[in-house]
Amino acid sequence: MKKNLKYNLTWLAIMVVGYILIDVLELVGVIDQFAETTLVLIGINIILATGLNLIIGFSGQFSLGHAGFMAIGAYTSALITQAIPNGGGMVLGLIAGMALSALVALVVGIPTLRLNGDYLAIATMGVAEIIRIIMNNLKITNGPAGLYNIPQLANWSVVYLFVCLTTILIVNFIHSRDGRAVMSVREDEIAAESMGVNITKWKVIAFVLGAATAAIGGALHASYIQTIAPNDFGIMESINILIIVVMGGIGSITGTYVAAIVLGLLDMVLQNFGTLRMVLYSLALILIMVFKPSGLLGTWEFSVRRIFTKFKAKGDA
Amino acid sequence: MHTVLQQLVNGLSLGSIYALLALGYTMVYGIIKLINFAHGDIYMLGAFWGYYVINQWHFSFWPALISAMIFCALAGVIIEYLAYRPLRNSPRIAALITAIGVSFLLENGMSYLFSSNVRSFPQAIAVKQYHLGSVTISNIQLLILVVSIVLMILLQLIIKETKMGKAMRAVSVDADAAQLIGINIDRTISFTFALGSALAGAAGVLIGLYYNSIDPLMGMTPGIKAFVAAVLGGIGLIPGAALGGFVIGLIETAVQALGFSAFKDAVVYAVLILILLVRPAGILGKNVKEKV
Amino acid sequence: MTLLDVKGLTKNFGGLTAVSDVSMHLDDNELVALIGPNGAGKTTLFNLLTGVIVPSEGTVTLQADAGLEVLNKKKPYTIAQAGLARTFQNIRLFKGLSVEDNVLIAMTSKNKEGFLESIFRLPSFYKKEDELHQQVLDLLKIFDMQDDADKLAKNLPYGAQRRLEIVRALATKPKILFLDEPAAGMNPEETADLTRLIRQIQEEFHITILLIEHDMSLVMNVAERIYVLEYGQLIAEGTPEEVQKDPKVIKAYLGGEA
Repeated sequence: MKKNLKYNLTWLAIMVVGYILIDVLELVGVIDQFAETTLVLIGINIILATGLNLIIGFSGQFSLGHAGFMAIGAYTSALITQAIPNGGGMVLGLIAGMALSALVALVVGIPTLRLNGDYLAIATMGVAEIIRIIMNNLKITNGPAGLYNIPQLANWSVVYLFVCLTTILIVNFIHSRDGRAVMSVREDEIAAESMGVNITKWKVIAFVLGAATAAIGGALHASYIQTIAPNDFGIMESINILIIVVMGGIGSITGTYVAAIVLGLLDMVLQNFGTLRMVLYSLALILIMVFKPSGLLGTWEFSVRRIFTKFKAKGDA
Repeated sequence: MHTVLQQLVNGLSLGSIYALLALGYTMVYGIIKLINFAHGDIYMLGAFWGYYVINQWHFSFWPALISAMIFCALAGVIIEYLAYRPLRNSPRIAALITAIGVSFLLENGMSYLFSSNVRSFPQAIAVKQYHLGSVTISNIQLLILVVSIVLMILLQLIIKETKMGKAMRAVSVDADAAQLIGINIDRTISFTFALGSALAGAAGVLIGLYYNSIDPLMGMTPGIKAFVAAVLGGIGLIPGAALGGFVIGLIETAVQALGFSAFKDAVVYAVLILILLVRPAGILGKNVKEKV
Repeated sequence: MTLLDVKGLTKNFGGLTAVSDVSMHLDDNELVALIGPNGAGKTTLFNLLTGVIVPSEGTVTLQADAGLEVLNKKKPYTIAQAGLARTFQNIRLFKGLSVEDNVLIAMTSKNKEGFLESIFRLPSFYKKEDELHQQVLDLLKIFDMQDDADKLAKNLPYGAQRRLEIVRALATKPKILFLDEPAAGMNPEETADLTRLIRQIQEEFHITILLIEHDMSLVMNVAERIYVLEYGQLIAEGTPEEVQKDPKVIKAYLGGEA
């Protein structure tokens, strides 16, 4: 009991120190407006990619439709905050976006999650494209032009808070009865079912939870950038999130953080290269995958508990 | 009635392009289980090669088509050798991300080298319209249909009748066993990439002629559509890819003709999802149950 | 008392009848073996009983606490929750997970940890996890595997993997345990260990065991009753002595006129 409290307090301390560090760097001017935007985008990508990692890395279901759920969150919260441009509207928008996204994921997930591997990938990609095309043609979403003048209610602190919250949500989910059931589906569906695990239920739960966090990412994106259009949520966006997950290491949340940060910084550095930027980016992508096919961190996970245990072992020796 | 026939003609010529591309996806998938995301960009390379040789070297249509096929076959083999071969024993998803990287590289590399502007494709063949009763068909549409069908038959002959084709089928069923009976896996996979990429090159030149415009990002959407076609027909199956290509071409033109062109992709995906729910391995695919 | 009652169980695959009109019963706390030549349909019968494949005809009923429960056409996970657990001929562990997690997963349906209490890490969550951890360790201890708890399942030696599969099945708190060729690939020494282990399970857990096995020394040693399957049909039933003398069984195993 005491031990658990110690670990949890350490994690809390890490989060608080991280916040203060960014705040100080901002105050002394190391982080300028441009760097702050990069930081916020990295944070949003972490939120999106941890959710996708839950689906791909932990439940073993290959989804290529993450951008669709991001779009639902973005549009829902943008419309609500345009109507209620204050903190209350933001909270309401987030909740409504998550709920709607989860609902769509539920309706779509129950039939499609029976599909295997690449068939599931292409079906989820189709779902996301259908969502995008609907946004592209509805009146309320303002068609291809999208929504603009969305009130900026999300600043970097809000994004930081939600990075922490979604990570806690997903990590705590993974390290519980529910997460173990989800991982058993990834490992061996037939064995899991024979152990009394309802595989369809757990696949759908992981998918719905991932979709709900994608909605958070979308809502923050809409609020921070202040304009959204259907084309922001195309196949390429789903692929960009997938790249973060795979490059970090499938099934490693720490890896997702590392990859999101590495790619975010790479993107920032490459801004100076103009048109050569995407060429260098794609070369870096190919090289990383060829030399680290299991991702930067594989399945390695940062663990406070392990550090404490190591420290103690050394102290005893 | 005549509009239905007219749309059928339009749908078939568009479908045959998708089918040519889908064949490449399906062959590569069948043999190394990789979704070759860069396949659509090979098609773009083919279109640019055609553009270049017709404008600069004043090739006529046929030499342009055949040289584009050879050029793309080489490009496909080189890409496989450099980017995919090192990852052959890695998780499949790592190879997929590499393929996405190659796709980005080709798109952005071409934009960097030749600018991302849309260019008009040289008309190597003068357009003629034929009127068959009430149906109009252009010589380009006929050419696309005939060339695609001839290439598909040729492909079928290569796969069924030649030694290399038999090796391809053997490797796709069981690579280890194929190696044991003396099949050179590397060479077989290279050959598969060459064949698939050659078809994509042909599709690139044909579409250049048909739509009259090309750009470095032109491969993205048709590439994804062709992949959808391959999955729809049953990925890994050659007749499935051809069937899927034609089905998608026909659906697209039908939806467009009905006046819902804004929703044509949505309808394609909806049909795809519905078919997969009924037949989880595609129209022609067999659902293999895991043995316990 | 009859625990599991099987009547007229049949499975056709296309034109082939893999299991044909099998009727059998398993009693409380009984150790029964299912034998037969290769391809006789033993694993198919297991798959039918545990719901991995759906029978074409016939019924399977379980004497549950709340009365009779019909099991055929139910999903494997409901059947597992009703109290039927199994191992697999070709080991199917959760290879990438730790030994402890493998066992914990089998406790999923019996574990009432709620979503919110795990997300918010309420004190009750830690209490339940600690209890589970202790249960797993106790279970592993019985099989002398407590030191392997943190190892990945795939890193265990072969014999230990087979044992872990049995532990995992037991963790579902089954009424009946189905063992599909537990001695496959084991040397005589390991088989002897396994024989002791199976006896021990039956004594300590008071459960019914149905065993598919080719190793006759093991079968004749532990089984109280034997069913013999050939070409999908039951050809004999009885004690080991009876079955060994049965001319049909001898014929099935040796071929020709016996």
